[in-house]
Amino acid sequence: MILLDRVTKAYGKVATPALDRVSLHVEPKEFVIVVGQSGAGKTTLLRLLTREEKPTSGKIIVGGIDYDKLKDKDIPLLRRKIGVVFQDFKLLPNRTVFENVAFALEIVGMSNREINNTVPKVLDIVNLRGKEKRMPMELSGGERQRVAIARAIVRQPKILIADEPTGNLDPKHAWDVIKVLEKINHYGTTVLLTTHNQDIVNKLKRRVVTIQHGQIASDKARAEYNA
Amino acid sequence: MSRDLITFRRIITTGMVNFVRNAWLAIAAMAVMVVTLSIVLFSILTSATFNNTIAQITDKIDVSVYLQDAATDNERDVLLRNLANQPNVKSVTYLSKADALERYKSQNAGNQSLLDAINQTDNPLPATILVKPRELQRVQEIKDFLNRPEEKKIVADVSYRDDRKAAIDKIAHATNTLQRAGVIAVLLFSLISMLIIFNTIQMAIFNRRDELTIMRLLGASTWFIRGPFVVETIIYGVLSALISVLLIHGLFVAASSALEASSLGLLDISYASDYFYANVWQLTGMQLAIGIFIGAASSIIATKRYLKFKSK
Repeated sequence: MILLDRVTKAYGKVATPALDRVSLHVEPKEFVIVVGQSGAGKTTLLRLLTREEKPTSGKIIVGGIDYDKLKDKDIPLLRRKIGVVFQDFKLLPNRTVFENVAFALEIVGMSNREINNTVPKVLDIVNLRGKEKRMPMELSGGERQRVAIARAIVRQPKILIADEPTGNLDPKHAWDVIKVLEKINHYGTTVLLTTHNQDIVNKLKRRVVTIQHGQIASDKARAEYNA
Repeated sequence: MSRDLITFRRIITTGMVNFVRNAWLAIAAMAVMVVTLSIVLFSILTSATFNNTIAQITDKIDVSVYLQDAATDNERDVLLRNLANQPNVKSVTYLSKADALERYKSQNAGNQSLLDAINQTDNPLPATILVKPRELQRVQEIKDFLNRPEEKKIVADVSYRDDRKAAIDKIAHATNTLQRAGVIAVLLFSLISMLIIFNTIQMAIFNRRDELTIMRLLGASTWFIRGPFVVETIIYGVLSALISVLLIHGLFVAASSALEASSLGLLDISYASDYFYANVWQLTGMQLAIGIFIGAASSIIATKRYLKFKSK
């Protein structure tokens, strides 16, 4: 589902690249946690996957799409296949919960009727039924992040990328978000989650990839991981 | 309904909503555009009017070729044919001696002593060919032709009044200058209005840059993001075009009622207004086309920078 082959990303002429010959393979329906300190290269890795950045060298193939052969005008089509959740939510502040989720569907040209059918189902999955008309400002951090997740999964992507989705949340809300991610993974979506919350890593018991100084320091299946 | 059609409708709707929301910003952009388009329209009207004035004066001018009485019918016919074939000759009219006398009498109908004098003679007027030139600037060509020896044999005299030519030269010169000034003013104001619309859109983009980033991350296509801005500026263009036409209409109404003058110096106002109302739909269409072009071009350029994908 996700394949990185000796991917290097260097910014400008800095001596140490942000990512240094990283190779990673993620199977369909896998749940992978990427851990590492701030500045280790986690975010760079995700930005390469959403094609916000281009690698300096190396090969990236996601869902059968070879990024070397991806034209600029096809980037939107790639992004429609990948759901992304950000640490800072990136919700549209002047739109309601419903409209924020519907927005992802408007982009792909879905009719209003389809949108009215789809959005409530997804809000069900993230347990936000009844809050359709709220504005993002009226929600708690955890709720906002679940709106963002709803928006990311409403187009039923094969892959969901979550960049520190719990970074701004207290433990209780963080767990709500993680549970939703597990639920989505259970339905068959490949999930790539970055975090530096050790508690979540320990409790989730999933494959853990550790990045240090731009390189993969360890890649352990859940059975092996024991920090 | 197809997805493309749904998206197209969404782009139009969003553009219209944004236009209403940005109304105050839009007014500045539209004001400059109205000025630009009014100058365009004004230049067209003045140039059409001046050309008409020149044509009218040109039409009244002819070159009179007086034939010798000794010229035979055959020689006369050859000359008529040759003159008619000259490139700068619009038409030739032949007046026989009798016709010339009739014309002289009717021209001087009020002057009894002149009429008495001519009646006492045996028609001293020569047969005359009236030559209308196409362009006054090139009237010399006709004179040169008549100066050739074979023509000179039967031509007694050629008369052409130069005072009108001076007037026409003046008008032609004024027209040229005005047209040039008009083109420069149109280009200059088009540029200014494009820059102002450009800035307006950049401001609108700046206000909504977070939204644009989010749209991009969610996989919105370039035209899904750019479309509403283009629609918004096309609305500027359409409204400005209509306002400019109404403005010129207002000017004519004011001129006809307040000035009660049919011309302002060289500018024949009544012709200008006739021309305007006769071609009002074509002119409006042209204004719309220019307005839409200026609007769309500036917003496409303004959004370009923000919609680029990182290619490093």
